[in-house]
Amino acid sequence: MTNYKKLEAEDIAYIREVITDPRRILLGDDINEEYSHDELSDTKSWPDVVVRALSTEEISKIMKYAYEHDIPVTPRGAGTGLVGSSVPMEHGIMIDTTLMNHILELDEENLTLTVEPGVLLMELAAYVEEHGYFYPPDPGEKSATIGGNISTNAGGMRAVKYGVTRDYVRGLEVVLPDGRVMELGGKVVKNSSGYDLKDLIIGSEGTLCMITKAILKLLPLPGKTISLLVPFPSLAQAINTVPLIISSKSVPTAIEFMQREVIIDAEEYLGKKFPDNSSDAYLLLKFDGNSTEEIEKDYDAVAQICLEQGALDVLISDTEERDESIWKARGAFLEAIKGSTTYMDEVDCVVPRNRVNELVQYIHSLNSQEQIRIKLFGHAGDGNLHVYILKDDLSDEEWEKRMNRVMDLIYDKAHELHGQVSGEHGIGFAKKPYLSKSLPADALELMKGIKKVFDPKNLLNPHKICQ
Amino acid sequence: MKILVCIKQVPASSKVEVDPVTGVLKRNGVDSKMNPYDLYALETALRIREEKGGSISVVTMGPPQAQKVIQEAFSMGVDDGAILSDRKFGGADVLATSYTIAQGIKKMGQFDLILCGKQTTDGDTAQVGSEVAEWLGIPSVNNVCEIREVGEEDMVIAMDMTEDIEITRIKFPCLLSVDKDIFQPRLPSYLKKQASRDREITMYTFADMEDQNELHYGLNGSPTQVQRIFPPEVNDSQEFWEGTGAELADRLFNKVKELKFI
Repeated sequence: MTNYKKLEAEDIAYIREVITDPRRILLGDDINEEYSHDELSDTKSWPDVVVRALSTEEISKIMKYAYEHDIPVTPRGAGTGLVGSSVPMEHGIMIDTTLMNHILELDEENLTLTVEPGVLLMELAAYVEEHGYFYPPDPGEKSATIGGNISTNAGGMRAVKYGVTRDYVRGLEVVLPDGRVMELGGKVVKNSSGYDLKDLIIGSEGTLCMITKAILKLLPLPGKTISLLVPFPSLAQAINTVPLIISSKSVPTAIEFMQREVIIDAEEYLGKKFPDNSSDAYLLLKFDGNSTEEIEKDYDAVAQICLEQGALDVLISDTEERDESIWKARGAFLEAIKGSTTYMDEVDCVVPRNRVNELVQYIHSLNSQEQIRIKLFGHAGDGNLHVYILKDDLSDEEWEKRMNRVMDLIYDKAHELHGQVSGEHGIGFAKKPYLSKSLPADALELMKGIKKVFDPKNLLNPHKICQ
Repeated sequence: MKILVCIKQVPASSKVEVDPVTGVLKRNGVDSKMNPYDLYALETALRIREEKGGSISVVTMGPPQAQKVIQEAFSMGVDDGAILSDRKFGGADVLATSYTIAQGIKKMGQFDLILCGKQTTDGDTAQVGSEVAEWLGIPSVNNVCEIREVGEEDMVIAMDMTEDIEITRIKFPCLLSVDKDIFQPRLPSYLKKQASRDREITMYTFADMEDQNELHYGLNGSPTQVQRIFPPEVNDSQEFWEGTGAELADRLFNKVKELKFI
């Protein structure tokens, strides 16, 4: 392990040479408390200095200096992560990319969009849609940066049909820990030119290099979307219907499951009623296509499958207002659950799609077995569950005990069902023990080796993922 | 209890283009939907029926393809519907529109309660409801934000008067225009859609109307002369200010004052 250098006046002086605008260098009391943690995990550690970078050149210079002086560097986007990836465990320099928020080029001949890493997902989506294009990855957190999305290989709700962030990154410009700038991939559609380093960076949570530019793949914007909200008598029936939908020929863009109790939380959080309350368990499906008629043909078979499996009805959302009444609630689940308790921690595991029900039933049984409140919802269509363990009025000590036990049980069960620790939130700092338990030792050794090749002095975002 | 809900087909997107030369809405290729405000009126009717029983009819005026909104109303649980459609009804302003609808309602029968949305998203006048009530000679209330009680002879409602809420008792038959968010509208049901696929929709044309004076309908019956239709100006000018909270508050106050907003 490197002996990290503590930041001194001369280091700050150098940073001031590179970043001439003093408002973009935060020190001492000027460092907002937000910079010491992310949105959920209780991983907490302050940076010594926050640099709000504006260009690749600035980042390169600072990282070169940090490398030469053994100063740790931690990249940070909007700070909406849930596992502590952007928390500076060894303090040092934090590089905040949120001011690098420019959309650089829409290339309509290659169907690509080139962006800086600090562009927010919601800005990106709005921009491309305005131009008749579509960037399919759709994670719930729309105020995350695209750099952060790439760093966790964020998935989102449209993964069933369109895949995840990785499938839409064509090229990256990165700064290596020693300050060298490198372009990986590009606007090419195919690429068999050696190891795909770009794909290694995607999902590496800022531990291998810093992303300073991304070339994203776009699709033409589908003309129309229709959602189906399907009430079922029981959650088991709802979830067991999903593999049948998957094996039918029509592919929804999203298949989500939700329960009444989480919907009530969302209603309270938003101060707005959900359009149905006939049931305790729902599937929410979304279809896209070029016309209403085309989509209707597509969803008809799925509606029939749902009804055969005991669905009480199939409710149709075919306008902006109707979609908003459903998807706004769905989008607010995380915040709503957070608001319903004193503190919580999460599990973001993923299992094969035909094992989701087993896992859900198991987690439900833990509610009473372990005497702790657990809420969950998730992407039934891609097997990714979001499980929230709630502290409520438990004492700190009791909470630690029960939460850790429940986490262990859930991750063990997911492993038994041939699942993985994280579907889309990443490992960061908080989920390291579960990753090391879940992956073979050889795989972890390879990961450590990769980290060492990129960052031999272990300066970039240390103590994360496999370390 | 017999309830009638007035509904209208409007363009699906709020971003409808206006032809800069003719001033006509470019409707070609534009998807349509039921006026979102009407969904609140429909939901109000469905809730009252759930509690009191009875039947719900809908009426719409428009070209034949506007039947689609009636079918949509069926898939939300409405019992029957009629469309008022005739070339002679075209080009109507609020006066001629409300007159035609009132004529159509007379043809459809007697209703205890007529419900309308607050306004439409294309015309935006918010006048047709009250004018229909005038033509029918029945009392009406706008801005209804709550149904408090539904009796045999009358009902108690709350209306939002901006500054205060007024509670009033109104005798049947009457007409109410309900506010947005009075209830969260339900979604159309696939099962109800299947079940009502072949349900007949009555069409009334000019020939069916009691008043056969053509001058009372369509463009002929419309005293309103539209001088020009143009897309609204989009003002996207932005100013960015920096400063402490107190400085910004002062600046904001002065700006709002300068613009005479306060």
